[in-house]
Amino acid sequence: MSAVEAYARLLAARAGAAQPVASVRHVHLSERPLVLVPLTMAGEANAPLAALVGTDERAPALLVVGQPRDRALRFAFASELAGILLAHVERCAAAGTEPVKPPKAAARQQPATAPAGRGAGRAGAAAGGLGGAPAGADAAGTGEQGTDGPGADWEAEAAPEPAEPVRFLDAPQVLVPNRAGIDFVRLFGRSTRFRATTGEHAVPAAVPVLGRWLTYLAGRAEHPGSASLVAMTEALTLHWATGQSALEDANLAALMAWIDPPAGLSGPEAALLAEDPVRWPPAGPATDPQFDNRVLAPAIRAYDAAAAGQAGSGGGDERLGEALAEIQRVARTQLEPTWRLMWRAVDRLRALPAAASAPRRWERDRARFTAYYSYLRDSDGGLPQARRDGAVAAARRLGALERELAEYEADRAFDDPLVLAGHRVTGEAFVGTVVGADRERRRPNERGSLVTRPLVQLRTVDPARLATGTRVRSPARPGQTGVTLAVEPADDGFLVVLELSGGMGRSKVPPPGSVPKVGETLAYTSLLVEGAFSAGLPAPEDTPWTHGGPPSPYEPAEQDARELWE
Amino acid sequence: MSVTGAGARVTGAGGRLESPAAAAERVITAILADFRSGRHRGVVVDSPPGAGKSTLVVRAATGLAVDGERLMIVAQTNEQVDDLVEKLAVALADQAPDLRVGRLGRAGYVPPPRLDGLPNVVVGSDLKSLADPDITVATAAKWAYVRDSAWRWAIVDEAYQMRSDALLAIARLFEQALFVGDPGQLDPFSTVENDRWRGLTWDPMQSAVAVLLRSNHDLPVHNLPVSWRLPRSAERVVADAFYPFTGFRTGNDDGDRRLTFTGRGSAGDLAGGVPAGGVPARGAGAGAVDDVLDVAAATGWGLLELPPRYTLRTDAEAVRAVADVTRRLLARGAVASALDRRDEHPVTAGQVAVGAAHRDQVAAIRAALGELAGDVVVDTANRLQGREYDVTVVLHPLSGRRDATAFHLEAGRLCVLASRHRQACVVVARAGIRELLDTHPSHEPVHLREPVRFPDGWAANQTVLAQLERHAVRL
Repeated sequence: MSAVEAYARLLAARAGAAQPVASVRHVHLSERPLVLVPLTMAGEANAPLAALVGTDERAPALLVVGQPRDRALRFAFASELAGILLAHVERCAAAGTEPVKPPKAAARQQPATAPAGRGAGRAGAAAGGLGGAPAGADAAGTGEQGTDGPGADWEAEAAPEPAEPVRFLDAPQVLVPNRAGIDFVRLFGRSTRFRATTGEHAVPAAVPVLGRWLTYLAGRAEHPGSASLVAMTEALTLHWATGQSALEDANLAALMAWIDPPAGLSGPEAALLAEDPVRWPPAGPATDPQFDNRVLAPAIRAYDAAAAGQAGSGGGDERLGEALAEIQRVARTQLEPTWRLMWRAVDRLRALPAAASAPRRWERDRARFTAYYSYLRDSDGGLPQARRDGAVAAARRLGALERELAEYEADRAFDDPLVLAGHRVTGEAFVGTVVGADRERRRPNERGSLVTRPLVQLRTVDPARLATGTRVRSPARPGQTGVTLAVEPADDGFLVVLELSGGMGRSKVPPPGSVPKVGETLAYTSLLVEGAFSAGLPAPEDTPWTHGGPPSPYEPAEQDARELWE
Repeated sequence: MSVTGAGARVTGAGGRLESPAAAAERVITAILADFRSGRHRGVVVDSPPGAGKSTLVVRAATGLAVDGERLMIVAQTNEQVDDLVEKLAVALADQAPDLRVGRLGRAGYVPPPRLDGLPNVVVGSDLKSLADPDITVATAAKWAYVRDSAWRWAIVDEAYQMRSDALLAIARLFEQALFVGDPGQLDPFSTVENDRWRGLTWDPMQSAVAVLLRSNHDLPVHNLPVSWRLPRSAERVVADAFYPFTGFRTGNDDGDRRLTFTGRGSAGDLAGGVPAGGVPARGAGAGAVDDVLDVAAATGWGLLELPPRYTLRTDAEAVRAVADVTRRLLARGAVASALDRRDEHPVTAGQVAVGAAHRDQVAAIRAALGELAGDVVVDTANRLQGREYDVTVVLHPLSGRRDATAFHLEAGRLCVLASRHRQACVVVARAGIRELLDTHPSHEPVHLREPVRFPDGWAANQTVLAQLERHAVRL
């Protein structure tokens, strides 16, 4: 926990209300996000029980599984969910496109990406015995693809160059209540994307497509700053600090109680009430055990009895319908409070002004969406994402994630003085007043030619802990880089001397305004996006001996879809 | 060397007592034979701190070069590359003055003064400008940009500090490689937290050696047996805490390394509390600071214990104590003598290092040291890796903390900090670390098919602390 966050939590505890830790909204919010509140059944990994889903607060769709242990019913649920999600995807795709500027340097070497590594699943063999870490999660998951399917490789590929000449204007945004909701999406994607739509154990055609999209969304959720799949508790804690622990913050009801308590109650009082599972059922996917034992179990038993009666005697549709209606009713009692909380949270977040860089990050989500959308429609595309990353895909994905994390942190510090404050405390950033400027200073560069490198001196009271030679930039002057020449203690603080470059045009004497003037107050931060290590990784088929050699290519096979059905 | 001191530790073939030099030589001969035999694509050498890793690299490299083989050398940081280039140039100048060492740097790289004027070194930012030297040295990051070239031989230095994705990017450049590194030091890290690669043999977050060995089970692994850097006093502490399975011995024996003080300095050397114009001869803290230095001089270890307190990372009192210890050490005219090296010299500021866990702590200590900060090296554990000094002063990573996170418990961090010295190491810490450890047993999740990392950081911390407490002085 940073010092600023600890301080905000103390303030919140004393004030009895959540305190802002961000002044702008760092998460992009779609006009019509798809809110998904899933529930699973206890005792079986990721077996869906029910979900409320939709883009309209007043008209959510309720999906339930009468008997969550029944795989046929489970995939019927998947098919219904697919109907909703895929329609949403199509709506986003139909919202129009914009042309994408061709990459600046077309000659820039593109890391061996494209349809590289068609299949490649040596990991299937190497790691086959693994049984899938969260086993059981997809007991269905015998239909494992090897590693490095083109899907995975494509997704991990991080080249800034756009894959498509156009970009959709919109992209799906799915909001789930918490981190466990993201895990549900990931695991449900894994248990559906390999399913076959023909032959034994065929599932409805939309199910494997749903699996691909859920996996796409869960994959995006790993990318720092992506808003394609967002856990509401995490979006909220990014903007508010409460007086409770991080563990308690993971409970959406308790978190919202601090942020938006009902009239007449303080945050802690409301949070205490929110801990009562009868009044505020858990936000899922796990359900309250008392509800499981006392309410859900009898309802499912009644459903089983009705189904058995129907199978035995033929008729009895009416009894089955009643049993299902009862399960729907009880599921609704568990889902609706969270559903309303989700939309209240959306409203709270929407009230904040969007951060300057949020649209740029959303643009990346849109670009990824566009690329994946066309990949699924490509004549030789559409394979499910690999179960595991191969060596090359893993390295590439890690590189992309690290780069995006660095960008995201720098962006937030640039966009938001409250975030910057956290870096000022650790000395990575400072705010100071310009007390001296040498606008016309020129000095020879490494090659000996004279270049314009103005000097500015800033006085700050922040504990500026910047080593000499650190590169810094100011949110107010993003095109200009400073290098610290000296950081010296001065009365009550520090005197920082910066040598500036960039953002001054080409003339020998920088034009007025391009160099900070005496008296100006500026923030400088050393959190910069540096060109990260992204040099040529080999193509998957050239994986070197140090990393197990090239994976053997993946051949789709009949038994991919085999599984224990009953 | 006393017979009992050595005999209990290492015996050579046939049960004869083996001198450290002979033991090391035997292992190095076996390593070079394995490497040159052509039977293995890779040979791994695990080395405890200061066991002659660079010497081995230089010897293997010059051996190949003298036999007319071209080779590439991979190091992890620019400092490491410069160090190696310097040593290789000196070694080659003796053996084969016409062979050249190429130093591949980034565009705009300016070689440090110590490389200037070495006649057999060429510097350039691409292979063409180097004109095919016998030995080419660069960082892993730089090698990743090299295209259309291949070497039969490669040496990867500090391979345990290299992340496996960095190795993936350069493995196409060579056929056979010698991987040399210290398994006890800090693992490479990533800013990203992601469990999706756990258990994969090619997990990109693991070190290059871990992935290499998991993908190639039959590669020979050698252990360098002797630390030439560490004093005998550090052997049990460091070996027990960080190398519990392989162990090592030091090349010197009890009493070989000594630290003595020639002067008393003056109280004005202390920043803490003694105003200019100086009141008493020694301030309140001065006694403890001098005492801990005396303890460290006598035993090789010193622990300056501050009263327990929860603090910010940049604990002002602890930072001042670190600065005071450093300043007094120099003011009292410390002299380091090493009988095993037949060497005696005054401890200058450049031979003292201060280590801490975080960059802001480093910055605070630098500020507290004032003018001395220019000469004394103050850095984080990550950046002190592979370096050595006469005396080190360490701000304990767990000092003043409320919690013990994986970062602060990491065995490699403490290992780096506790194994940089030739004579003595002084640790500054708040009291209460033992209680902190007891309330924070490690609870890292265990992942399927992921090798468990030994030694465990919690246990290593306990071992080191148990040793340090015997050398404690309270402030």
